Amino acid sequence: MDPMIRLILAQGMLGLNNGVFYAMLSLGLAVIFGLLNVVNFAHGALYMLGAFLALILYSNLGPWLGLDALHIGFWPALVLAPLMVAGFGMLIERFLLRRLYKLDPIYSLLLTFGITLVLQGVFINFFNASGTPYPGMPDSLKGVVNLGFMMFPKYRLFVIVFSIIVCFGTWFIIERTHIGARLRAGTENPELVKAFGINVPLMVMLTFGFGTGLAGLAGVLAAPIYSVSPLMGANLIIVIFAVVVIGGMGSILGAVVTGFSLGLIEGITKVFYAPASNTVIFLLMVIVLLVRPQGLFGKHG
Amino acid sequence: MSTQTLTKPMLKIEGLHAWYGESHVLHGIDLELAEGQLITLLGRNGAGRSTTLRSIMGMVDRREGSILINGEEFITKPAHRISPDARIGFCPEERGIFASLSVEENLMLPPTVGENGMSVEELFEMFPNLANVRKRMGTRLSGGEQQMLAIARILRTGARLLLLDEITEGLAPVIVKTLGRVIRDLKSRGYTIVLVEQNFRFAAPLADRHYVIEHGEVIDVIEAADVEASMDRLNHYLSV
Repeated sequence: MDPMIRLILAQGMLGLNNGVFYAMLSLGLAVIFGLLNVVNFAHGALYMLGAFLALILYSNLGPWLGLDALHIGFWPALVLAPLMVAGFGMLIERFLLRRLYKLDPIYSLLLTFGITLVLQGVFINFFNASGTPYPGMPDSLKGVVNLGFMMFPKYRLFVIVFSIIVCFGTWFIIERTHIGARLRAGTENPELVKAFGINVPLMVMLTFGFGTGLAGLAGVLAAPIYSVSPLMGANLIIVIFAVVVIGGMGSILGAVVTGFSLGLIEGITKVFYAPASNTVIFLLMVIVLLVRPQGLFGKHG
Repeated sequence: MSTQTLTKPMLKIEGLHAWYGESHVLHGIDLELAEGQLITLLGRNGAGRSTTLRSIMGMVDRREGSILINGEEFITKPAHRISPDARIGFCPEERGIFASLSVEENLMLPPTVGENGMSVEELFEMFPNLANVRKRMGTRLSGGEQQMLAIARILRTGARLLLLDEITEGLAPVIVKTLGRVIRDLKSRGYTIVLVEQNFRFAAPLADRHYVIEHGEVIDVIEAADVEASMDRLNHYLSV
């Protein structure tokens, strides 16, 4: 194989690996924004929370309980941590966000920004700011796979496949099922949906839980790849917002496709001009904002 | 006269006040109707007719007074319990068809509120136009199709009390005629109906009683039998 093509494919795979996190996080943001009209600034912090919960379940819970042998591993954490983050999200919605719906959206943005700072502060206080590696990667996902053009870590391949399934599943639920139809209707005209006898406040709470749960899930998936640190979400959330702007605010399909594509573009940019790989997304954002301000998949307005 | 013989009203509203934010829009509405009856709410734009329906559905910021449905008080119920507990089907102004939902999804959206709702097949029989567009998205329907869908989807739920807001607005005469047939059919099947209507010629032959609303109050009640004798009054109320 031509070394150049080989390099492009290899960087593309690594880029795609970042892209899955862009896709999953912007998907959660899109789901939340669609129904609640809330820009959840705390999304990055909830991603970080998911990663920390996985770490705590593995390394800290046992010693805290005095059971040194207790290590709750990756697979249980993959279920438990997102559920815990979703539960935390639902508490935020029920007791904090719900009070702000009648006010300007800037208030909910400020609230979620505040939650971000609190969460980061708490974790910097109890852990350190520099990051801790996650030791719980399952043995079955250790090692590498030969993709023909590169040796690719088995775990990263798992993350890519798993995320694609999660993203597609979410898209399917929202666009193709009865529950999704209620959600879409609620996005358009919550008042009428309520008048039909659907408990919209409950639906809103569960949706926020689902969106934040996705962030938590992304956090668990990220834990074995990146080191678990209180600021891991803060670094990512800026890119995520760029993804959301490019894809179109509130568009489910837009979030997924844009997330994966931008990861790829970022990776491939590394082949040609590595220093630009961090800025290429923002460059694209500027272009999209100038040419198509509603985003690639967004509707007018 | 039917009002005098009304022993057990299905819907009885007394002293209904409603607010949107700070603005006080209903100033004590009183009305009642028995099972199987059809009443209209007449009046000029902004008189409070739609708001009366929206208040029954809990779609206003604040409401006071009394709304009895089959003897049960609904004034303090949360909005999402009203339709299921009172078996109401609400067809809002401008039809309320969801653009991001297909015809079928719109049809299946409202939860069932009682037994004996019409089946999808029956509904497509009643509204044959809809059968041909069942996969189409809500926005890509004509006004008439949207209106038929808006009525069909509440008939599916098993609702017995129908609140219909301006169903003929902006529709071609031939469709208005079809809707007239549908309403008459529904009445003969025993549905109880409140019709907010601008088109008096459409409403007159269907109604048992007319309530004239102005500035958020009922200013006149005219029985169907007295319409002929009250035409001057009615013309005065409804003239723009």
